[in-house]
Amino acid sequence: MKVIPYGVRGSLAAPGWATARYGGNTSCVRVTGPDDTVLVLDAGTGIRSLALELPPRVRRIDVLLTHLHMDHIIGLGFFGPLYNPAMEVHIWGPASATLSLEARLRRYLAPPLFPVLLRDLPCRLELHHTGRGHFSIGPFRIRAARVCHPGPTVGYRIETERASLAYLPDHEPALGARRFPLDAEWTSGFDLAQGVDLLLHDAQYTREEYPRHAGWGHSTMHDALAFARLAGVKHLVPFHHDPGRDDAALEKAIAAALADAHPDFPVTPAAEGRTFDLD
Amino acid sequence: MTTETTQQPVEMILVRHLAGYLFVPVLVMDTTGTVIFYNEPAERILGVRFEETGRIDPEEADRLVELSDDPDDGSEDPRRPLLIALQQRRPAHARRWLLRRSDRVRLQVELTAFPIIDQEERLLGAVAMFWEHQGP
Repeated sequence: MKVIPYGVRGSLAAPGWATARYGGNTSCVRVTGPDDTVLVLDAGTGIRSLALELPPRVRRIDVLLTHLHMDHIIGLGFFGPLYNPAMEVHIWGPASATLSLEARLRRYLAPPLFPVLLRDLPCRLELHHTGRGHFSIGPFRIRAARVCHPGPTVGYRIETERASLAYLPDHEPALGARRFPLDAEWTSGFDLAQGVDLLLHDAQYTREEYPRHAGWGHSTMHDALAFARLAGVKHLVPFHHDPGRDDAALEKAIAAALADAHPDFPVTPAAEGRTFDLD
Repeated sequence: MTTETTQQPVEMILVRHLAGYLFVPVLVMDTTGTVIFYNEPAERILGVRFEETGRIDPEEADRLVELSDDPDDGSEDPRRPLLIALQQRRPAHARRWLLRRSDRVRLQVELTAFPIIDQEERLLGAVAMFWEHQGP
């Protein structure tokens, strides 16, 4: 399993020289299986360049959305395979209590926000609701579960015979907890992340910033480290970097959190193009 | 590379966190009626501490407290609100006598129970809130 982030920024794209080292695109990750099956995790602005680098032989793409906040779907309308009649595109994501996934996506892929209607896309498009449960795509066994973030939001655990990945880009497991972490039974996302080889996890805020943003659905770097330790992950990738944090500030904040937490596992801040080969 | 499910659904985790901030005694139950969390005010009613007991199955709960009907209760459905919440997936309310067996103290309480149902209409458990009866 090969994992390549194409967008690591949270909330809003932050392009420019000051964020060039980690990247300014919003959430999008390519996961490639041993048989070249391609999964795309979220459809932030990074999805446009991801599509440009797809091998021409790929004829099916599965896009797994964690939720429908704008920074996770804004790139969808610019995803090349959607306009290719030879492509089969499957979009997986959460419905709400009253609206299907299709109805929710139509709120973006329709005027006045976007000129092309979802139903007019020329690819072979299939939409799949993901709530709690398991499903398979090619060699990948995938588990979805609701996680703590405003609005219907899932995280994903993706496994092959040889590797495992958890993707929790927007996640606030510490919300409401008087101390964090509680034990595993009472920690959102634990089952998805338990023992994985690689965890991509929300680490948007510093401890000092968090009180002003509690309930917005994101974690501190310290909480991401504590969550990873509780779940026994083998490698943590802090993700969903705050758009207001430039490269230097990001490195400084991560270094401070690491100095406090002393994790006994590797921690590599997510950067566009940085490849994780899990096989 | 499979994992065992040990974690509560996020909806139940959030219910627990909410209960932790409330003044009224709150019990959180799973679908079998096992108490999987109770807050500090509920510790006073039960006579035990959550840190000491952890989850409490229905038989153990019966050993801690006894709930009996209040003959003056004028509520429409005198059956156990918790059973109604879990079996019929609807809220229920009743006035009950609660006997704390450890010290034989009797409290008159009003008990509100409601089911926790997720967005996919799955029953995840129920919440019981106890209101110590103030009026006649």
